[in-house]
Amino acid sequence: MPPPEDPTASTRRDALKCMAWAGTGALWALNGGVAHGALLDKAAPAPGFSFLQLSDSHVGFAKPANPDARATLREAVAKVIAMPVKPDFIIHTGDITQLSRDSEFDDADQILRETGIKTFYVPGEHDMLDEGAGKSFLARYGKGSLGAGWFSFDHGGAHFIGLVNVANLKPGGMGSLGAEQLAWLKKDVARLPASTPIIVFAHIPLWTVYAEWGWGTDDAARALTLLRRFGSVTILNGHIHQIVQKVEGKMTFHTARSTAFPQPVPGTAPSPGPQTVPPGQLRAMLGITDVTFRRGTERIALIDSTLA
Amino acid sequence: MSFRAFPFAFTFPVLVAAFALANPPMQRAAVAAAPAAPVAAAPAVHIVNFTFGPALLKVRVGQTVTWTNDDDIPHTVTANDHSFKSKVLDTGEHFSFTFTRAGLFPYFCSLHPHMTGKVMVVAK
Repeated sequence: MPPPEDPTASTRRDALKCMAWAGTGALWALNGGVAHGALLDKAAPAPGFSFLQLSDSHVGFAKPANPDARATLREAVAKVIAMPVKPDFIIHTGDITQLSRDSEFDDADQILRETGIKTFYVPGEHDMLDEGAGKSFLARYGKGSLGAGWFSFDHGGAHFIGLVNVANLKPGGMGSLGAEQLAWLKKDVARLPASTPIIVFAHIPLWTVYAEWGWGTDDAARALTLLRRFGSVTILNGHIHQIVQKVEGKMTFHTARSTAFPQPVPGTAPSPGPQTVPPGQLRAMLGITDVTFRRGTERIALIDSTLA
Repeated sequence: MSFRAFPFAFTFPVLVAAFALANPPMQRAAVAAAPAAPVAAAPAVHIVNFTFGPALLKVRVGQTVTWTNDDDIPHTVTANDHSFKSKVLDTGEHFSFTFTRAGLFPYFCSLHPHMTGKVMVVAK
């Protein structure tokens, strides 16, 4: 019998169980079962692959919370270079720079290029501060993208979607995708079988982590509705400079640490501004996220590691 | 008690205004200390902890409002109808705008749109 909370499972010839788990190193793990029929539609399952998420580098930031955000980005890059298994690619979930200055983009580019790994970018609100409100970002990273920089691609049997929720923000609101991008998303996923694993990445969380601080996206529910029929959806965000995650049905939500500075846990400070921690503790609060897909077991592993 | 308190409350804004004129660097403090004053002498808004303060500022036509970012994170001052818009304000940076017509002008931070404020401009 299929579980009652998953009406779509009853229509499948066979539902395979897969596990999505996420954790901070070996310290803790969260389990959630995801019904998945992908193997039935795949003639020859591809071997697994991994990719990496970097976020919130804030190159140019030089305040008490981190006097040198370039240095900590370099440390993150050194960690990537030292990885025993090279990831297939990197996604950067925005706030590459602090103020969208050319010199900041230049420095970020130079540091990140050291990895020698293809990197995909979506902008954060800090990357939209040039006169053209995002033109500098698009000139560097927007090739092949649409609108404010959204795009999708396929890799290893999975479909990756980079969304932009930091453009044309409305007074009193939070992050926003907008009608044009949602219409594109609808078309983009329409052709895909429900068994295709989906990975969505965007800067601001696509669920409401904390409305009082604007940590959410006003029209995220409309995007998630378009993805509800898929057997495995992984949503990777940044913006809040700390790990928050949840599993909701077949959807796994995860936010990455920053490589620049931590931000407070919701509600524990007067504002979401940079959190200054005692000397020696900063690097334990910065980090990168490694994502591994293992076809065959249909297992998605998200492993966060710090710079400490 | 009420008899003694009344004249003090009445004269306080006058004293503050006179002091502000004699001592311009204190104008900002005078505005903050006298919320009962109908119109600010040197209208100023400070951005502290992702909040515009005061959230509602009352000025007269022709007055110039100055916003200062006191946060460690950049912000902008953007009119909801885009009739005025600052460049990005890093820590300690200012933006000034002179209001030439009466009305209520709601604005927000285009980076952190949950941050909102209003300027009420009244006739001279």
